[in-house]
Formats: sequence, structure tokens, C-alpha cells
Amino acid sequence: MATTMQWLLFGVLPYVAMTVFLVGLIWRYRFDQYGWTTRSSQLYEKRWLIIGAMMFHYGAFLAIAGHVLGILVPEQWTEALGIPESLYSLVSKVGGTIAVVMVVAGLAVLTVRRWGNDRVRAATTGVDIAVFVMLWLMIILGAMETIGVNDFGAGYNYRPSIGEWFRGLFYLQPDPQLVTGAPLIYQVHITVAWFFFMLFPFSRLVHAFSAPVGYLLRPYVVYRSRKPAKPQKERKWQTIGRSR
Amino acid sequence: MIRAQLMMVMALDKCIGCHTCSVTCKQAWTNRSGTDYVWFNNVETKPGTGYPKRWEDNEHWRGGWELTESGKLRLKAGGRLRKLTSLFGNPDLPLIDDYYEPWTYDYEHLVSAPLDEYSPVVRSRSRLTGKAIDLRGGPNWDDDLAGAAELFRSDPNTAALGEQARLEYEQVFMFYLPRICNHCLNPSCVSSCPSGAMYKREEDGIVLVDENKCRGWRMCVSGCPYKKVYFNHVSGKAEKCTFCYPRVEDGMPTICSETCVGRIRYIGVVLYDDEDVLRAAHTPAEEDLVAAYRDVILDPDDPQVHRRAEQDGVPHDWIVAAQRSPVYHLAKQLELAFPLHPEYRTLPMVWYVPPLAPLADNAADVGFDASDASKVLAGVQEMRIPLAYLASMFSAGNIQVISEALGRLSVLRAIKRALQLGADVPDGLLEDVGLSEDDVDLMYRLLAIGEYEDRYVIPTAHREDVGAAQSEHCSLDFPGGPGMSEAVGGGGGSFFRDSEGTTRFNLLNWDGRSPIGETP
Repeated sequence: MATTMQWLLFGVLPYVAMTVFLVGLIWRYRFDQYGWTTRSSQLYEKRWLIIGAMMFHYGAFLAIAGHVLGILVPEQWTEALGIPESLYSLVSKVGGTIAVVMVVAGLAVLTVRRWGNDRVRAATTGVDIAVFVMLWLMIILGAMETIGVNDFGAGYNYRPSIGEWFRGLFYLQPDPQLVTGAPLIYQVHITVAWFFFMLFPFSRLVHAFSAPVGYLLRPYVVYRSRKPAKPQKERKWQTIGRSR
Repeated sequence: MIRAQLMMVMALDKCIGCHTCSVTCKQAWTNRSGTDYVWFNNVETKPGTGYPKRWEDNEHWRGGWELTESGKLRLKAGGRLRKLTSLFGNPDLPLIDDYYEPWTYDYEHLVSAPLDEYSPVVRSRSRLTGKAIDLRGGPNWDDDLAGAAELFRSDPNTAALGEQARLEYEQVFMFYLPRICNHCLNPSCVSSCPSGAMYKREEDGIVLVDENKCRGWRMCVSGCPYKKVYFNHVSGKAEKCTFCYPRVEDGMPTICSETCVGRIRYIGVVLYDDEDVLRAAHTPAEEDLVAAYRDVILDPDDPQVHRRAEQDGVPHDWIVAAQRSPVYHLAKQLELAFPLHPEYRTLPMVWYVPPLAPLADNAADVGFDASDASKVLAGVQEMRIPLAYLASMFSAGNIQVISEALGRLSVLRAIKRALQLGADVPDGLLEDVGLSEDDVDLMYRLLAIGEYEDRYVIPTAHREDVGAAQSEHCSLDFPGGPGMSEAVGGGGGSFFRDSEGTTRFNLLNWDGRSPIGETP
């Protein structure tokens, strides 16, 4: 049986984190549109930002795709498609290693830039620092899993254990024992990630949810009337100060 | 569809470079944090590097539009996919050093410095880092040709002068160029915004940023070839000139116009067909752009235009204003005003009457003779400000159209001078430049007299729906809502609305009669 601590970390914390994440995002979106921005520091420094941010973001996309493939997609599905475990393992090792290199290098450039450049450092807030710390913790642990455990170590098949547990969270059947058998490094990585998700809605990271894909389809010049939409006649309540 | 557009014209002859427009604009709009380096309105000395430095060099900054070899119009910085893939680091964004590092002074030191042999001095401190800095730039760093010996060639327009550098003291030339957002008909900033946060208003063509939709991707800053969208580095959002929309909606001119000492600015309505905009932007030869842009502006006295405008919902008073519009007269009818850098293909809607004054300054040297028609026009060709330089700024290199406009300006002077002195107006002068006597009177009334009500013909915004607008901020006054209750504003005077729009009960001022229990 899982101990109380394990239940808290792998049975309760995920739901707390997901609630904070979702409610936080909705709250922020409704009440802080003005604060919803990348808060770019490119005006202060450009060269290293382009190098670091390009590597970090594209590496992060690869890493996110890898997590979706590894944790959300059950092993049975890839097997049903006729993809053998060896091929999956190879793809995840190559893709994972590339992602680790890009994310670590990118974040390293961005970190040095943020602390090395006077102007950028002066514009750094407490939340920014927290984001950097959480990112580094999460990424170092992830890198140790990908490179330390899987590339050079004994390897660990997280798909039947951690993947199963993660999907179980969404069926409302959390089973901490699936995780407690995993190497400790995986358990810490998961726990840090939940705290990262709790920080997410309150940081500039929210800009990820504004990825402007609509730009590909929209006409170039946007026209808008200064006439606002008419409010409904009988409304019980209405958000103040937010344009519809 | 016919739309109305608020347009501005600036008569550069009258600009004295006093920067009052910049200062009043800054006090009205950009005295907040993060906008320290932001000048919605600025005045540049030409020739000069401009603000930000060398903004006109769009081979470098890649703002605006360009025609591809096959004649297609595209954003100079690349299309949609390119924008999205370079979202994480915009390669064309100017740095704060391309503007200047904003600073303040350490005044406290004057008071707090310990007794010393030397008087304390104030040091300049960066507003970005708080550290002491040596100033290497600032607003109007090269004002009035300061440093021109070094900076002259950093003005991209001087390329039009070839090797013929006019740097000798006797030959040197300059004029002032006040700049605001051009509120273009084909705005490349709006087109560059990935979020769709920027928009052009249907009613008056003012280009604005929706601060609640902006996500700080900064593509508008680099996409604007005039560099008139700025990045607020504290809020992380784009900000730009608003054409003082709260003022013009009430029929008042923008604050830069209102306070203009030289009375150089004109504001009015023009009508255009939005289907003509892209056609004009596609004009193949750059020299034809000014004529193409003029063609987009429709004649408001044409009954057909009038009828179509009313059909398309342009309010009647706006059409009447378009008929009285001083900018229509200057830009279209008299062909005196020109768009700034039409080759950016954005169809800017702030136009300029090119400066003539330096010609008259040394008129005798170049053979100017007001009594001789041929010499009046010959003088234009020999102007102190080289025509090629003006053409590089205002007509994409078309010297002909600039020289014609300057010819009309100099003929106006010649005629008015002759009348003043009781001399005969030389024959053929008007025909040479294609003006009628009415045109001359109109030019004189607009440019020389320039009464307030002639310079600004601004119809008020239509307020039929203003109630709906207010309810966005305060949702209480719908029928039966708490804002409609008798107690608000009257009765016991005890209910009040806080800044959030919630109705609250003020116990302190309660008269003891109105019921507390009905507090919503």
C-alpha cells in the first residue's frame, strides 16, 4: 500500500495542481487581460534573446510532443499500429535527447542573459525568478531521465507505469502505486511539475495559451466599429471593464 | 464600400521646430511608466537620422510592404508563416539604443550630499537600470543639424543627392518634419499583428491597439515602416498615437494640432472606396504612387460619390464635412500635399506640404523674380533644399510632382506680393501652374490666414449608441437594474457607485430616511 505521503503526492497533489491551473487560468483570463502578455525583454537585448528563445521554445515544443506521446498515448495504441517497442524507444531517445540539448542550451543562454544584462535583470520580477527556478529544476530532472537513465543507464519503461497512472488521474482512479515503483528521479520530476503548473497561471507563461495561430487565416487589415455590442436587456451579472 | 477617414496635412513651411506638439502629446499620453522613450509625436530635423535612428532605412528594418517580382504585395518582413516561426525573437525589432536609453537625474544628491570642497552635481541615471550613465543620445539629439558634419550621411534620403553633398555652410539646408502615426489605409502594423489586436476603426479610420488583446509579440513595432508603434517595456504591450480619439470624437483637433504654434496642421475628413486601396498599393512604378494615392481620395462633391457614401452608412454630417475638408483641398484638389515615403505602400493619411521658405531666403541668388513668370518657376529648380531630397521623402523620387507643387506655392507668393505692392500680376503665371484665381484665394485662406475653423473641420462622432458603450463599464442602469433605482443620485443621497461600478451604501452621508434594506 502507498503511504500517506505517496497518496498526497500522487493522488491529491495532481488534482490540487490541476484545479489551481485551470481556475487560475480562467480567473486570469477574465480579470487580467491587460496583464496577459509575453512581457518581452527584447527591447533591451536582442542578439542572445533570439538565439536562446528560439532554441528554448522549439526545444520545448519537442519536449511537450514527447510527453504527449510517452504519457498520454497508451502502449497498446502504438502496438496496435504495429510500432514495436524498440522503434518507440529509439524515437523517444533521439527526440528526447535533441529536446534536452535544445531546452538546456536555450535556457542557459536565457538565464545568463537575464542575469548578465543590467537592463534585463532590472526588469526581472519575483515571479520571473520563480519561473526560472522551476524550469531549471524540471528540466535538469528531465534531462537526467532522458540522458542518464534512458540513453546511458539501464533504461526505464515509464509507459505502463507512469503513463498508466497519469491517464488514471483523468478517469478519477488515481493509483499512486504505479508511480512509487518508478526511480526516485521520476517521482521528483513529477512532483516539481505539479508545482510548476500551479505557478503557470500567475506568471507570464500564460502567453503560451495565446499562440496566434489565427493569424494564418485572418485578413491582413482588421476593421472594428467603435460602436460597442449592445448589452443584453436583463442580465444578472457582468464582468466589469472587459470588452466583449 | 465608401468609408470616411480622418486625415491630417502639415504645411512644413510654417513649422518652426518648437516641439510644442511633442511636449503636449507626451504630457497627454506618454508620461506613464514604460513609455519614457515613447514619442507618439516627434519633430525631426531633416536632413537628420530621425527617431528611432535611421528609421527610413527599411532595407534594414524591413517595415511596410513591397511588391514581389510577380507584382504581388507582401509584407517586407515576410508573410504569416515567417512571422509565426520568428515569434520568439523578432529579427527586425529596434533596440532601446536605437531610440535612446531613457534617463532621469539624481536630484536628491543636491540636497543630501555631504559638505565638500566642490559643489555637488546631478548625475544622469538610467531609467532602465538606475545606474549612472553617460548620455549618448536623447530626443532630438541632432536637432537643428547638430553634429551634421558626421550625421549628414546617416539620413537615408541624402543618398538621393549622390555625391553632391551640401555641407558647406553657405549651402547647408534644413527643415523640420513633425511625425505622428499616419493612420494608413493599408496599415502594415495591423497586418503584422499576429494576435489581431490592432485595428482600423470603421467610422474614422483611426488605427488603434486593443490593449486587452495585445500579447506583446512586437511584430507591429517592426512592421510599421515609420516606427510609430512603440513597445511599452513595463506593461509589455504595444502603444501608439491614438489621433487623440477622445478629442476628435468631440469635434476637437488632436492635442498636437491644438497647441501647434505655427498653425501648420490641418485636419479633415476624406472619403475613399476601400476597394481602391489595394489597387493603389499595387501600383507598379514607384513614381506613380503619389498620383495613385490621390486617386483613392474621392471627390465629395461628386453626386455619385455622395449617394454611394450615404448608402454605405457614412453619416450625412461627415459627408458635408468632407466637402469642406481642408485636407481634401490641400492633398487632392490643389495637389500641394504629399504622403511621407509613399514607397512603403501603406497609403499613409498624414500628408505634408513640402517646404518652400528657403527658396525665398536666397531668392535673388537663384534668379527668382516675382514679376517674371519664367523666373518664378526657374527658381524652384534652384531651391536651396534640393528637389531630389524632397522627392526622396515625399514622392518616391518623382521630382516632377514636387516641383509642380512648389511652383504653385511660389506663384501664390508672387501674386500676393504683386497685389501687396500694387504691381501687375504677370500674365500666364496661373496658367503655367494650372491654378484658377479661386484656387489662389483658397490657398491663401488655408495656408496664409489659416483660421482655426478652416484648419480643423472635424465632425463629431455619432453618439446614438453611447448608452451601450457606457454599460460596458457600468452594467447597473438597464431597466430594473440597481442603477435605475431612485436612490442613486437622489433620494437620501446615500447610495454611490464605487470605481468598479458596484452600488454601495454610504452610511456616513445617510439622511436617515431612505431605506438601507434595498441595497442591491
